[in-house]
Amino acid sequence: MSYANLYEVPGPRGVRRNRVLGAVIALALLGVAYVVYVRFDDKGQWAAEKWTPLLRADVWTTFILPGLAGTLLAAVAGVVLAGLFGLVFAAARLSEHRWVRVPAGAVVEFFRAVPLLLLIFFAFFGSYVLIGGNVSAFAAVVFGLTVYNGSVIAEIIRAGVLSLPRGQSEAAYAVGMRKSQVMRLVLLPQALRAMLPAVVSQFVVLLKDSALGLIVGYDELVDRGLNGIAANFSNVIPAAILIAAIFIVINLSLDRLAHWLNDRRSAGAR
Amino acid sequence: MDALLTEWPTITLAFWMTVKLAAVSAIGSLVLGTALTAMRVAPLATLRGAAGTYVTVARNTPLTLVLLFTGLGVGANLGVELSADIATNNFWLATIGLTAYTSAFVCEALRSGINTVPVGQAEAARSLGLGFVKTLALITLPQAFRAVIAPLGSILIALTKNTTIALVVGVSEASVRMREMIETYGDQVLQIFFGFALGFVVLCLPTGLLFGWLSRRLAVAR
Repeated sequence: MSYANLYEVPGPRGVRRNRVLGAVIALALLGVAYVVYVRFDDKGQWAAEKWTPLLRADVWTTFILPGLAGTLLAAVAGVVLAGLFGLVFAAARLSEHRWVRVPAGAVVEFFRAVPLLLLIFFAFFGSYVLIGGNVSAFAAVVFGLTVYNGSVIAEIIRAGVLSLPRGQSEAAYAVGMRKSQVMRLVLLPQALRAMLPAVVSQFVVLLKDSALGLIVGYDELVDRGLNGIAANFSNVIPAAILIAAIFIVINLSLDRLAHWLNDRRSAGAR
Repeated sequence: MDALLTEWPTITLAFWMTVKLAAVSAIGSLVLGTALTAMRVAPLATLRGAAGTYVTVARNTPLTLVLLFTGLGVGANLGVELSADIATNNFWLATIGLTAYTSAFVCEALRSGINTVPVGQAEAARSLGLGFVKTLALITLPQAFRAVIAPLGSILIALTKNTTIALVVGVSEASVRMREMIETYGDQVLQIFFGFALGFVVLCLPTGLLFGWLSRRLAVAR
């Protein structure tokens, strides 16, 4: 996207001025980078023994790959369950029966309003009182991810169903479908297709939120990086940078997927 | 209910910390987010590139990692000290982390707001002889802000909920108090959870209503 309408296309003088300004700003940014560099240097953060462990095969096999597996496991479980939760509650909120619609709405609004960390604490520390046994950190994290993101996805799907032309459900009723068939065979598939990019974006949020697992001791990537690698090599900053990079790569791929789905959908609609 | 009643003063204190974290980070994010937006639409490629990179990095990193980075990395390892008092120092470190993260979302919202402003507005400004800075500051950004008040409200609500993660920097806000109380009053987990959940509903519900009302009231009539 270009915002060229905010300024004139520069003439010869403007081009020269922009070059000078651009160089000045690049220098200023380099200056900031230099200050950071010096600060790192003062604290010995550039020492090779802080960075080289990140390249060692055993560091990857003992910390990074198992951590990544933990993160992905929680995220995939969260995606599947949140998707189901979202479908069920979207359908429930669209129900014609008030006694289904109102409680479903209350549940969705409640879970969206409570911080995810409190939900995880509730499952993790409250399980003994509630179900008489302790749940694992994994279960607590997946519970939190499911009910929070599931509620958001329920709202996304509901918005998708409401955005469909009324003729869709009218036509479905006209050919003799039952209410559940109209929802299951006609409305939900179309709403899901229309809202898929938004749902995928929510999965990026879910993946990032899985890092909260570290607070209840779930063995995931941030935990293995900052409490595993950094504890062994006292290199918090290099480890944090590597782990951030891994998350950014995964999330950008998901982002790309959302864009691709969106393009494909608008190409199909034409 | 006993635990909630006897601990009422410490709970309100913890929520006061939540409110302070959210308020300070919200102001910081608004300022930084606006600056980033201006950079992203600037005529200079260096500015656009720098702001774009920043937003991509901040948006795709888990907040837990951002806050651990400010707490352990910037605070402990680089020795950045913002106050001699540990609690105050942790508060400011958490605020920096929350601001760094949230401003990326403010920037994305504002940028989509700029897209809603008709091209003719900026063209008219330019034909009056306004340059880039004046066009942006006087014509485009004010209208963009009014278009994205509801999304900014959602960001503020998300920020309020995200302050619970400041626990990893050692700020004693609501989530820390909730965990401590569950340990002390193990038999009242349900009441404690719903009490704290209600606290967040009380904080977020009026915010949502206020921003919804403001967005309708301040919407640009076209």
